[in-house]
Amino acid sequence: MAEPILKVRNLQTRFFGTEGIVRAVDGVDFDVFEGRTLGVVGESGCGKSVTARSILRIVDRPGRVVGGEVWLKRAGGGPAVDIAKFTEAQMRDIRGPEIALVFQEPMASFSQHYTIGNQIVEGIRLHMGLDAPAARKRAIELLDMVGVPQPARRVDDYPFQLSGGLRQRVMIAMALACDPRILIADEPTTALDVTTQAQILDLLRSLQAERGLAIILITHDMGVIAEMAHDVSVMYLGRAVESGPVAEMFARPQHPYTRALLRSIPTVMAKPRTRLPTIAGSIPHPFNRPAGCAYNPRCAEIMGEICGQAEPPQVDTPQGHVRCFLHGGAP
Amino acid sequence: MIAFVIRRLLLGLVTVWLISVLSFAIIQLPPGDFVSAYIAQQAASGSPVSAEAADAMRQEYGLGRPFYVQYGKWLGRILHGNLGESMEWRRPVSEVIGDRIWLTLLLSFAALVITWGLALPIGIYSAVRQYSWGDYLFTLVGFIGIAVPNFLLALIVMYFAFRLFGASVGGLFSSEMMLAPWGWPKFWDLMKHLPLPAIILALGGTAQLIRIMRANLLDELRRPYVVTARAKGLSETKVILKYPVRAALNPFASNIAYLFPYLVSGSIIISIVLGLPTVGPLLVKALVAQDMFLAGAIVLLLGVMTVIGTFISDLVLMWVEPRLRHQMD
Repeated sequence: MAEPILKVRNLQTRFFGTEGIVRAVDGVDFDVFEGRTLGVVGESGCGKSVTARSILRIVDRPGRVVGGEVWLKRAGGGPAVDIAKFTEAQMRDIRGPEIALVFQEPMASFSQHYTIGNQIVEGIRLHMGLDAPAARKRAIELLDMVGVPQPARRVDDYPFQLSGGLRQRVMIAMALACDPRILIADEPTTALDVTTQAQILDLLRSLQAERGLAIILITHDMGVIAEMAHDVSVMYLGRAVESGPVAEMFARPQHPYTRALLRSIPTVMAKPRTRLPTIAGSIPHPFNRPAGCAYNPRCAEIMGEICGQAEPPQVDTPQGHVRCFLHGGAP
Repeated sequence: MIAFVIRRLLLGLVTVWLISVLSFAIIQLPPGDFVSAYIAQQAASGSPVSAEAADAMRQEYGLGRPFYVQYGKWLGRILHGNLGESMEWRRPVSEVIGDRIWLTLLLSFAALVITWGLALPIGIYSAVRQYSWGDYLFTLVGFIGIAVPNFLLALIVMYFAFRLFGASVGGLFSSEMMLAPWGWPKFWDLMKHLPLPAIILALGGTAQLIRIMRANLLDELRRPYVVTARAKGLSETKVILKYPVRAALNPFASNIAYLFPYLVSGSIIISIVLGLPTVGPLLVKALVAQDMFLAGAIVLLLGVMTVIGTFISDLVLMWVEPRLRHQMD
């Protein structure tokens, strides 16, 4: 396989709150390839969104990226560079032209005080150095590309004048404004109804096919993963517990957590009136992170004392990587 | 939107009319009619009014006829620019108020500019650097500013200005310029005297507005659209000034309306302490002396200006808040 366009290694982000430190992202590794989609899946609060923001280093205070490497192959070619070591000013040239973000709440993620045109144009003018009329022309083209009807008129609308689906299309247009090669979509369809959801996913897929975009798709929806992703990374409490190609993962899940997640998807084949399997317990409070493997209190396949004592290291399997003593790595 | 502006204007006219009824009611409040009071006053000062002159006055003001007739005559005179006679000053009310209304407006406007000029940057700083030393300092100073009555502040400033610089801080003009005709020297004199009372007047409102701006901006800084702006690669300064600050500006717009009456009524005591030739002290004196035409006229003027202020503030709010603008259509 080709070299990854983005390689994340041991990424760590902590929130320094008054009550203590939360390890929101605690050593995440993954690779992203050109023209492919990496699905990042996990329950709420497992650190998916913070991971996305940590890559671009736009985590809100009191959060801070405290460690890890983010190797990016830049547009101009040449060897990959570790953007985790970049200064804030250097990072600003990455945000937008190299890596762009699409957010979950299209309503809240737009400012209601400026027209969508204004908000799209600003990145174009900053990074591509176009003058106002040229930037506006590009904004209209982008809106047309993502399927906004009457883009020349819509460009002067305010976000609150658009429907939810249109807003998400505009959000995608805004993310693509400076021709990024990596698009991080943070739950792009969660706030939308099912039909619109399918349209937005179709749009992302066709954009990927046209431009060879690398997409990091963050979601808690296994259905979306099955439909969109080429590779999957399953996160639990700030760690990637299992990663690998999507077909393998659905066919032969390695980690007990992945297995439990897949079991809890409703299927049309299920017998009527049977209860859907659930994962016992709930995500521990971030301040009470369990010792050893963070999943051990809820694990259905717990092996014994070792699970509560040591953190399982990452083990290579034929399908990908997994962090569980079932697959070895026990001290 | 134009329909809204027109409707808003008409409502403003209705409000002004109600204020005029109220002002006239105030004029009517003291027992007895004011012509009798006037005659008694004139007689006491040694220039009695003849019976014919008294009758003519009663005729002119419609005394002895119903309230609405008197009100109608009064309103008619006002619409012709005649606000009545001040009994205390024995001069037409318009002459007595004269420059004072403009000086009051100027002082209020200067105080407003200072309030905004201080509150906006300090509020932004306090929110962006929350819990920093600077934030704590401004919070402390702000609470002192809210807690200390501004006339006390005026006294303190006057004391120190006198002790340290030997300067007499009072009035809006130096004594030789007080009666001089308007011209550049007098204007320059005014400009030299204006800042101090304007600052004293502005401090209370500034402290309040800093707190409002800080709280609003803190809310806005955590909104997702701020992250969106950062993800576009904008510099942090640009992000904050363009997005959350813009969203936090609403209270500044709506403040125009309520700041004006606050500054006028708040300025009464300061004006007396600092000897400023504004409308405030005049109103107090007129009320004490039962100089009802003067009092009524001032109440009417202040009311009208508040209505105008509210109208302007509505327009500004519509300008800064596109959602409001589009709801109107």
